Amino acid sequence: MTEAALGTRTKREAYPHVTAWDRLKTNREWLGAWFMLPAAAFLVLFLAYPLGLGVWLSFTDARIGRTGVFIGTENYEWLWDDSVFWVSVFNTLLYTGVASAVKFAVGLYLALLLNENLPFKAIIRSVVLIPFIVPTVLSAIAFWWLFDSQFSIISWSLKKLHLISTNIDFLGDPWTARWSVIFANIWRGVPFIAITLLAGLQTVSPSLYEAATIDGASAWQRFRFITYPLLTPIIAVVMTFSVLFTFTDFQLIWVLTRGGPINATHLMATLSYQRAILGGHLGEGAAIATAMIPFLLAAILISWFGLQRRKWQQGESND
Amino acid sequence: MTDVLASKQIDPRSVLTGSAALADHSEGMSYLHSLPRRLVTLYLPLGIIMFVLMFPFYWMVLTAIKPDEQLLDLETFNPFWTWTPTLKHIQKLLFESNYPLWLWNTMMVAMSATVLSIAASVLAAYAIVRLRYKGAQWVGGAIFLAYLIPPSILFIPLSTVVFQYGLFDTPFALILTYPTILIPFSTWLLMGYFKTIPFELEECALIDGASRWQILTKIVLPLAVPGLISAFIFCFTLCWNEFIYALTFISSTSHKTVPVAIVNEFVDGDIYRWGSLMAGALAGSLPLVVLYAFFVEHYVSAMTGAVKE
Repeated sequence: MTEAALGTRTKREAYPHVTAWDRLKTNREWLGAWFMLPAAAFLVLFLAYPLGLGVWLSFTDARIGRTGVFIGTENYEWLWDDSVFWVSVFNTLLYTGVASAVKFAVGLYLALLLNENLPFKAIIRSVVLIPFIVPTVLSAIAFWWLFDSQFSIISWSLKKLHLISTNIDFLGDPWTARWSVIFANIWRGVPFIAITLLAGLQTVSPSLYEAATIDGASAWQRFRFITYPLLTPIIAVVMTFSVLFTFTDFQLIWVLTRGGPINATHLMATLSYQRAILGGHLGEGAAIATAMIPFLLAAILISWFGLQRRKWQQGESND
Repeated sequence: MTDVLASKQIDPRSVLTGSAALADHSEGMSYLHSLPRRLVTLYLPLGIIMFVLMFPFYWMVLTAIKPDEQLLDLETFNPFWTWTPTLKHIQKLLFESNYPLWLWNTMMVAMSATVLSIAASVLAAYAIVRLRYKGAQWVGGAIFLAYLIPPSILFIPLSTVVFQYGLFDTPFALILTYPTILIPFSTWLLMGYFKTIPFELEECALIDGASRWQILTKIVLPLAVPGLISAFIFCFTLCWNEFIYALTFISSTSHKTVPVAIVNEFVDGDIYRWGSLMAGALAGSLPLVVLYAFFVEHYVSAMTGAVKE
């Protein structure tokens, strides 16, 4: 009997009692919650809450230093009749449309060029990315100097070549100002698109091109029926990002023109800054910012369908 | 949605150096093209694009070292070169302005925000990829969506939030808000890296009695160092580049970051301001370009990782 008692005792020591605390320590849900806590705290306090607050502010007459009261859709009705707002919507769409299309075309072309066998390939590819590394504001300041109305080197060179007779007022005239800021945006965006598409291009096997050439495909056909379809998924994602960040651009415009001349280059983001922070009408600015959300949702949906297509191309099911 | 992530790893080294990652080491059909043909179809367009991409930097550097009188007189001096470079603008910038302070502010804010974000992202990414708690996939998707919310629709409500929390015009306003831009990106990137670490390693450690925390710090993190470097330098660059929050939340000169200070403090009516403006832009860009030069491959991997969806 004593032996039996001893036996159970040693047994108990060999398998120490598992407390609820021990179980909790290895519980996925419990551990997961703690691991997620820091990131979740940041994203809820400084992202989700402000996002909701922004929508709420757009329905109030809040000003700087005063919490507003609910006024329904008055801000939106006010914007609906505001010609400056519609100019900013037009500018934003023009800016996004033209800049994204050109960035895509030039970026893809540059990616195809960089994909060829080149001397000093690695160095050239690294250098291409520099416009993307340098802070936008600082390169925008360089553009500001290049676009100076009196001492622009571009005007000077064109005059020396006898292509123009007077200086171009790059940022002073509504339409030249629009094209100038679009150019600066394209300049900054092309390297990003080129390098990411180049990464996609390198997953395309050269043997596909060889096979197509043997079958008599032209250069255009090789691009159209091999390169383009294989690159579609990465193009979808890259262009979603590009469109999204061009649409909500602020820095470039603020440094180059601050929305001028006569509001000709105001984007929705710069207009909302001017109304909300400089003008103090937080509610109205929030309404302009909220009006951008439907466009962003459209961009996200396009990205989503890009992903679906990618799965299908890899032979997985569409779920 | 998250499963697609690891399926197609792009080797950053190959992006820079060529097609080494391909299964068949074929050099393609480029040997078929003659040199004159390559000149027109390849070198010429590449040269033009590279010239346009690089010219603003050349102009920035040249303006920063040109004497004032040559800057505005395009007729008597050749505007594309200078034989009498001067360090006057840079000296003025470093010793007669608050520029070193702004540089320090930017560095400090970028460093703190990056470290905070990477710490939070490592935990979150590990939990989503390896703990796989209930709903982890949905959280992964939500973080991708958070990545798509741009600062320009958040800065107005955030300014009231920052004011309520009593952070307005302190460096903490930036240190605590920048992670909202950085965490979604770096979590997404690190999730991709953690997925490439073999599951078996963790199973062995679990059998040997390691806790999850020990697994993370002693097995997963050492293996994910390249990913951490990528996330770190990319986050650092994003912080350095950030403008709209710094413009909105900081009002006193002594707390400003370089991009905001250069736009607000250097821009006065002075016609000779260009030299010091360009010197300021150059000095603000150089730290990032040097960092980039050392970590090109990590940078490219962060960028391609970011769009790997």
